[in-house]
Amino acid sequence: MASATPVDDEAALIAQLRAGDEAAYEQVVRAYGGRLLAVARRIVGTEEDARDVVQDAFLNAFKSFARFEGTAKLSTWLHRIVVNAALMKLRTRKRKPEQSIESMLPSFLDDGHHEERFQSWDEPVDKVMERKEARELVRQQIDALPEGYRTVLVLRDIEGLDTEETAKVLGLSVNATKIRLHRARQALRTLLAPHFRSAAS
Amino acid sequence: MKCQELAEFLMDYVSGDLPIESRTHFEFHLSKCKNCHQYLVQYEVTIKAGKIACDEMSDEMRDIPDDLVKAVLAARTKV
Repeated sequence: MASATPVDDEAALIAQLRAGDEAAYEQVVRAYGGRLLAVARRIVGTEEDARDVVQDAFLNAFKSFARFEGTAKLSTWLHRIVVNAALMKLRTRKRKPEQSIESMLPSFLDDGHHEERFQSWDEPVDKVMERKEARELVRQQIDALPEGYRTVLVLRDIEGLDTEETAKVLGLSVNATKIRLHRARQALRTLLAPHFRSAAS
Repeated sequence: MKCQELAEFLMDYVSGDLPIESRTHFEFHLSKCKNCHQYLVQYEVTIKAGKIACDEMSDEMRDIPDDLVKAVLAARTKV
């Protein structure tokens, strides 16, 4: 792992890129690549595909630097390119059989009560998430969600797309997108429960 | 309103999309049912935990494997 080089002067860097400066290309990849890899990983779910996505995104970006307008931040522009590349990857790769989410959803008794008694998660979430292990654990559990649900959760709750945009890019109806988001959140809650409980005890 | 219905409408409640009448029923149930209240809190914590864990601007997301940097740069000169 190489430590990223922060970019102090974006405008100067962009000028160097347009001039075809080799060192500037490397600086861009090192400065932004890690964050873009993290975004890609969440959307496509595997390391191998995430690396392909980052590579495609950079190649795309390098080709279209001429169209990059200085009004946007370079990081924002690259972010958008990597999200698009990741979505393209999802569309073109072979669909895996849809994994069921039922076992991760809450179950109810005949009278409509929850089967489970929920134990409290006492520690405030901000405090829990200060711990690196907790952040890693949450990321692992997001990756453990069935793909069709994980992508909706990532686009809505993490990337901040609205329901309509998410539905459009995933080729789902608005209603199906809402149902999937709700189930994905419920499933993630189920997956986090054993850990968040023990973290509090 | 039963716990099962409450769980179904949780997302609309959290996003403020529940019509006022349903909202009243929802909140009445919540005030009486500790288990559903607990579930609501955990549902919200889950959303927040996901956002924090995946914050791409955090320091732990900064690094990129060296071989990927090399692969990207090599691919560029090939195009």
